[in-house]
Amino acid sequence: MADRFPSPFDITTPPGAEGWERLYRYSSQFSADRREYEDSQFWFRDGVHWPEVVTPWDATIYEYALASLSQYNTRHYLIPPALGVDFRILNGYTYLSPVGVANPAEVEARVPHFLERAGYYFGNWDRLYDEWLVKIRALVQEMTEIPVEPLPEREPLEVITGGAGFGSGFTLQESYHRLCDLSLKLWQYHFEFLNLGYAAYLDFFGFCKQAFPSIPDLAIAKMVAGVEVDLFRPDEELKKLARLALSSGVAAAFDEANPEAVRDVLRGSDAGRAWLAQWDESCEPWFNFSSGSGFYHTDRVWIENVDIPFGFIRDYIARLAEGEDLARPIAEIHAERDRIVAEYRELLGSDEDREAFDGKLGLSRTVFPYVENHNFYVEHWAHSVMWRKMRAFGEIFVKAGFFTAADDVFLLQLDEVPVALFDMYHAWSVGVEPRGGAYWGPELTRRKAILAALRGWSAPPALGEPPEVVTEPFTVMLWGITSESVKGWLRAAEGDTDGALSGFAASPGVAEGPARVIFAADQIGEVQHGEILVAPLTAPSWAPIFSKIGATVTDVGGMMSHAAIVCREYGLPAVTGTAFGTAQIKTGQRIRVDGSNGTVTLINHPQPPPARP
Amino acid sequence: MTAPPRAALLAWFDDSAGADRACLGGKSASLGEMARAGLPVPPGFALTAHAFLAARDASGTAGAIAAALDGLDPGDQAGLSRRAAAVRELIASWPVPPDLAAAVAAAYRELCARSGHGRVAVAVRSSATCEDSPDASFAGEHDSYLWVRGADDVLAAVRRCWASLFTDRAVAYRAQLGYPQDGTQMCVAVQQMVRPRSAGVAFTLNPGNGDRSAVAIDSAWGFGEGVVSGEVTPDNFLVDKVLGVITQRTVSAKRHAWLLADDDQVRRVELDAGLAAAPSLTDVEIVAVARLARAAERHYGCPQDVEWAVDGDREDSGQGGGPHVVLLQSRPETVWSKKKVTVSTGLDPMASIVATLSSPLHARKP
Repeated sequence: MADRFPSPFDITTPPGAEGWERLYRYSSQFSADRREYEDSQFWFRDGVHWPEVVTPWDATIYEYALASLSQYNTRHYLIPPALGVDFRILNGYTYLSPVGVANPAEVEARVPHFLERAGYYFGNWDRLYDEWLVKIRALVQEMTEIPVEPLPEREPLEVITGGAGFGSGFTLQESYHRLCDLSLKLWQYHFEFLNLGYAAYLDFFGFCKQAFPSIPDLAIAKMVAGVEVDLFRPDEELKKLARLALSSGVAAAFDEANPEAVRDVLRGSDAGRAWLAQWDESCEPWFNFSSGSGFYHTDRVWIENVDIPFGFIRDYIARLAEGEDLARPIAEIHAERDRIVAEYRELLGSDEDREAFDGKLGLSRTVFPYVENHNFYVEHWAHSVMWRKMRAFGEIFVKAGFFTAADDVFLLQLDEVPVALFDMYHAWSVGVEPRGGAYWGPELTRRKAILAALRGWSAPPALGEPPEVVTEPFTVMLWGITSESVKGWLRAAEGDTDGALSGFAASPGVAEGPARVIFAADQIGEVQHGEILVAPLTAPSWAPIFSKIGATVTDVGGMMSHAAIVCREYGLPAVTGTAFGTAQIKTGQRIRVDGSNGTVTLINHPQPPPARP
Repeated sequence: MTAPPRAALLAWFDDSAGADRACLGGKSASLGEMARAGLPVPPGFALTAHAFLAARDASGTAGAIAAALDGLDPGDQAGLSRRAAAVRELIASWPVPPDLAAAVAAAYRELCARSGHGRVAVAVRSSATCEDSPDASFAGEHDSYLWVRGADDVLAAVRRCWASLFTDRAVAYRAQLGYPQDGTQMCVAVQQMVRPRSAGVAFTLNPGNGDRSAVAIDSAWGFGEGVVSGEVTPDNFLVDKVLGVITQRTVSAKRHAWLLADDDQVRRVELDAGLAAAPSLTDVEIVAVARLARAAERHYGCPQDVEWAVDGDREDSGQGGGPHVVLLQSRPETVWSKKKVTVSTGLDPMASIVATLSSPLHARKP
């Protein structure tokens, strides 16, 4: 078995992707001038959040997120042993590297600051979190209200009569800057609580592991996890709408395939209009929900792709009509959580331990609503608005002849957009044609070809020499990377898997069945009843398919990944973080998923997938 | 002890109105307690102290027995041995009173019906009344008869159990300690034999580190004797008690097993390589064994060391209804249970978080 992954400096550019470096900021790229530092670090691919190639504009959100995460460790709370998580883009893929505090004296010196600062947050958590909810809603509101309008043929008269003193060209550029500023601020907010939340959870986790060395990770997760969390709300709203369609007698509208046709039928009756009113209410904010991780402009948002939620509602209507009860058994889930807590608590060896257990579990439960809920507000809701606004800019560029499609705006770096906007403004103000179309046309064609070439490249799971042990707490918690998983990647990289893959035992149980390998949200319609879902990762909007699959295997993610949480909820076996699941398993192949031991066994050679109905 | 009038001669283990512990002897009382607690012990019944006294009184030999043991000299080994043998012979000749014989025959028939076997094999075990007597620690000194079939053979075994109240050692022990020779009665436990497909032991904690969230299971093919004695390297499984999931499994090469032959003899049999390397329990059975051990721990209120078996006959009969795991014995675990285990560091919450961040869990070797 090899003992290290390739150096970032040994990675070559895929054919056709020459010049890819110019698509991204210079500061996020491996470079010879920083080689000594970069070669001394271990870099792992962040397939949890950015499994695919990132476009230039989307890359900025990645950079905003990692810088914000790092800033709280390093500068706000002074996490004693941990600085930030450094980030790079290589061949369009994201690589991360946690940076520790090397000098023990410096670790010591950070402790009193951490105690004071983190202690303040833990001591005032509920109030601060309530304030956070107000802040984040205000930010989304502000972002929603940003005006993005094409430049007018002439300024409205009110600009003159109101004595404004500035024009639409300024406003449009200001709007773009505002959107970027709010996006960065959004990511500041995102990490205000998260690192501390994970620290408190890790403390409880470590205590449980010491008291019960063989306690499954998921038992700890189950003790802390909330029951009614915002992440499940969009799915609950779908079920509510399906029930309403049946109870008010408008379910037949969903016999129409086209969402517009469904709406037309509904508009034709009082009950239908009442249903549409409820739909509008559910949409804000719950259907500002991404069908992916929310980190890509291509992730389809329900509210803008009504065929997705309508499809789920149609499926739920059919199941309700067959007598299925779709309700989550809230009381039973609560009772089961209480039972698990009470039993472990009773098994502790002393009253001191029970006291410590109560305290740590209490703090974990205090912090966990943020850990569980922030994702909806930031990655789903706010990002939905952010992508929508950016697309509005894209449309203005299309009208001005710069691009052929609104989404082309994401092929520009964040800092290139103001330049293009200025070009448009320049020409508009002078009253001549902009250079944009001629300039960006061939450049975007070139960029599209580079990105296509990068998409065909198989990015290694890690770069550089792995540490003896993976100790950085957030790496373990957020990315599910442990010494064991790194060793597994090294083995799998050499094809040394014996027809088996290993990962996190994320949700217990054993299931066997044909695999269905899915790479993106728009493929989830292919999943057939009883199949085992194999995907790079899963997203909350995939919830409706979990009731028909037999088990889940993901390439990335740990115990707290979406697939893990949802499979535990549905009682399905899951193995997460296998690194090579989608690469080694083929659709139609029979596999055995042991979610209690974290193993996936490939049973025979690939067979043709079953025919679609 | 004086038998109350019309006292019960026989009590089923799982009959909550069964005779009180003093009338059952230690072994039967313990089986009864487990059965009534819902623990899946193989079914059976107990002949009470009253049955022993009724047979003795009906035989008219009480006086002869007392006379044979009167003025015993604990130092006279040969004399003691001769006298004890004479008493055993007297007891073995007791005619069983007709109502007792009828009760045993009826109970045996019901056991056959319950188990679905025409002539179910039973274990007939001595179970001395134990209040204030040394016989409690004397279990091995009294007789047990395994693979007994048919009501007549059961009755014969019962008489031999009664007689074993007066083994040489038991008689000598009582004499040395000054206990009266007629102060103890012999009860008898009659319990269905289980022909295990697999069997072994289970601890309701991890014996390697005292982890009380785990049930540790050692398992091999056939009878559990090889596991208990250590002559077979068993499969080892670790199950989380609370979630009921298997957290660790080691399947060993189990080259031989103790199996029941057609002549009701248990023999050591070499296993072929395939069977030797195969896990001796399915996942469902592993979890069922753990659940059973956990139930015993709950019942007794402290960590237990249990012997269990997967009933091979019920499995073959295809009765369904999940794995047929039976509990054969449950004793308190004694090593880790005596240690006081505390893991909390006494640090305040913030200091504890700093310690966790500075020495994250995954850096520690388990």
